[in-house]
Amino acid sequence: MTDTSSRLTAETSEGAQELVSRAETTPAELRREEGATLRLPEGVALDPGDVSIEVAEDETMIINMGPQHPSTHGVLRVMMELEGEMVLRSKPVIGYLHTGMEKTGEDLMYMQGGTNVTRMDYLAPLFNELVFSMAVEQLLEIEVPERSTWIRMLMCELNRMSSHLLFMATNGMDLGAVSMMIYGWRERELVLSFFEKTTGLRMNHNYIRPGGVAADLPSGWQEDVAGLCDKIMPRLDEYDDLLTGQPIFRQRTEGVGVITGEQAIALSATGPLLRSAGVAWDLRRSMPYLHYDQVDFDVVVGSYGDSFDRYAIRLNEIRESIRIVRQIIDLMPEGDYRIQDKKVTPPPRGRIDESMEALIHHFKLFTEGFKVPEGEVYVAVESPRGELGCYLVSDGSAKPYRLHIRGPSFVNLQALPLLMRGGMVADAVAVISSIDPVMGEVDR
Amino acid sequence: MGLEDLNHNFLTGTLEDLVKWARRNSVWPATFGLACCAMEMMATGAANYDISRFGMEVFRASPRQADLMIVAGRVSQKMAPVLRQVYDQMMEPKWVISMGVCASSGGMFNNYAIVQGVDQVVPVDVYAPGCPPGPETLLHAILTLHEKIRNGEITRRRHETGAGAGLQLDASLPDRGSSERVNVPVGTPE
Amino acid sequence: MSTTDAPDQAEVESEAPPPAEERHGCLVLRSLGQEVLLVPRDRYLDVIGALKDEGYAMCIDVTAVDYLVHGSRPLPPGIAVERFEVVVNLLSLESPRRVRLRVQVPATDPSLPSLFDLYPGSEAMEREVFDLMGIRFIDHPDLTRILMPEDWEGHPLRKDYSMGRVPVQFKHPPATR
Repeated sequence: MTDTSSRLTAETSEGAQELVSRAETTPAELRREEGATLRLPEGVALDPGDVSIEVAEDETMIINMGPQHPSTHGVLRVMMELEGEMVLRSKPVIGYLHTGMEKTGEDLMYMQGGTNVTRMDYLAPLFNELVFSMAVEQLLEIEVPERSTWIRMLMCELNRMSSHLLFMATNGMDLGAVSMMIYGWRERELVLSFFEKTTGLRMNHNYIRPGGVAADLPSGWQEDVAGLCDKIMPRLDEYDDLLTGQPIFRQRTEGVGVITGEQAIALSATGPLLRSAGVAWDLRRSMPYLHYDQVDFDVVVGSYGDSFDRYAIRLNEIRESIRIVRQIIDLMPEGDYRIQDKKVTPPPRGRIDESMEALIHHFKLFTEGFKVPEGEVYVAVESPRGELGCYLVSDGSAKPYRLHIRGPSFVNLQALPLLMRGGMVADAVAVISSIDPVMGEVDR
Repeated sequence: MGLEDLNHNFLTGTLEDLVKWARRNSVWPATFGLACCAMEMMATGAANYDISRFGMEVFRASPRQADLMIVAGRVSQKMAPVLRQVYDQMMEPKWVISMGVCASSGGMFNNYAIVQGVDQVVPVDVYAPGCPPGPETLLHAILTLHEKIRNGEITRRRHETGAGAGLQLDASLPDRGSSERVNVPVGTPE
Repeated sequence: MSTTDAPDQAEVESEAPPPAEERHGCLVLRSLGQEVLLVPRDRYLDVIGALKDEGYAMCIDVTAVDYLVHGSRPLPPGIAVERFEVVVNLLSLESPRRVRLRVQVPATDPSLPSLFDLYPGSEAMEREVFDLMGIRFIDHPDLTRILMPEDWEGHPLRKDYSMGRVPVQFKHPPATR
């Protein structure tokens, strides 16, 4: 307790993590920062030697944006060195939402793990649960029933829609189109109400669990899902009127925050950030998981790598998700929604009342958990923000030995200095927004 | 000039009551979103739940213009000093809602990284439970806060304990929450 | 005779190590169908450079595991078991495939060359490993803490770092409320 309070009185400065002034930076470091950390061998990026660092100290100014700033999507802090209105160097300072989830994950049983990971990327919680469950299932070497796989796909695509709708809302808001924010939230509520009906919660569902899903879809789900698709589809055309064709929005996003394919690959960027640069890389298509090889959809790819492309990619990905969801309604098979493996799945409620063994089994499963064979595995899925990976190490006990989540926005944020370089301060907001970072996942 | 010369309708009341009424109906929250709860806070501000029914749609980016800090989400050890700084920048009178279990007690993250309850950093007036609390829960917390502002409970507590931004009121002043009212001169008879 | 011999034969076969597969001079392990390379520390950069030339264009993940309390993990003979293990995931975009590298890092000298020159995208991930696991990356351009505050002591994800749990207190509401 005293420990905590003494820490709280500390300065808010983070010292060495911050962007330091020109006078205290070596020329090589300055070149690297102005060249935005890129040193590509093929010469596609800036050669650090070419970067001009000839700016007088008194002509520049370091300003601090965040961690409490309305357009930094939570608690991102960006330090920028400005010359007039132009951004010379910038550096994201993160960690303001570090929750120690990887450590907590080592302390929770596999059955409880979903509760923990779902709170990482809180805009796409089902993807976190999915990647964790898939990793556990691979270690257990079990196959989940067909129906649960399709339910997972359905829920994940709906989640992708809600996440991208939220991007539409916040992107519009950051660029001054506040009415767009209201529209985005309105559509998102449609998806959330279906989630609430199915999982019991609007967010942080803990719905996808090792061995299947927590509950079957509610009766009449076909009408619900088809209805919300029918409602959202024409509203996406409204977005086209509101934003896509709007000259102010286009001027603020076109040619802002440009990245090339080589740079994106070198910076390990994934998701819409990579696809906006013209690289057609989507794990659903390139390395299919679940049953994505059985549905028709297009991978949306940009060509200029700017903020507008990233906006357009997300808008059209909502359309593609609706297309997938409509196919899933027809393809959904009957069957179990979770695996009938006594080792992993607790007995149904009715059996507990009748049978002592079932009660004991249920009790043991929830107090001791199930043991997972020794091994290590890396599983990745395509979350709305890019490749979401889970590296799981088991030592044969009921708790993970090591749980590591590769958060896409954590890695994508590295592209921020490159995207902002040479732009205006006002463009910084458009750039941050177009990466769509979720700080819960960045800091974990 | 006597009261009988006034042509308009008018109300009389104590200044304290009028001030509390005004304060209650225009609480401006600061945009202080941290984690998952921030999404629900924004959802509360959007069309479906419409926080502007309570005069609170003006989310202020600058803490100096805000009256209410909704701590929406888990507070990490790295964020806590920033949180305190933002709170200190807010003008009195100010209120704090701790939204969600992470902000209220650390929630499920009882580990090295998370401050176990934001009340260790700033004084909290209303706790909203849930992980995350739905917009309805947040609205209930807001209404509870309004009630507390209206009946003066918060200002009375501040006066007694000095809790707040370390602000000590002058003890010689009349107790703002007590029955000793300040009469408002509405119109002075000749 | 043959009926009694057969199970023995099977046992012998299952116990005998499978023919050691090698790639760039490193032992290859199949972990649940995934390709894992066990890289010696001194050849870490060379192997990753060779893999990059082979088409693994993206370094998708860098992380580390602290095997302090799980020292008996199975590793093929010839690999010295150390406390830390740095795990690097590489991805080839042209022919979609992944490869995982595991490098043993001793507790006495927890350091490794940085991948920054090969993959600039590994910068933040290496900083995270340094911050949470305390493994130093030599020649990393900006090896500072990334998630924890600058003045933090210790590296939280190490197994000898406690969870930092605070006992839950049940407080009575103050009487003045």
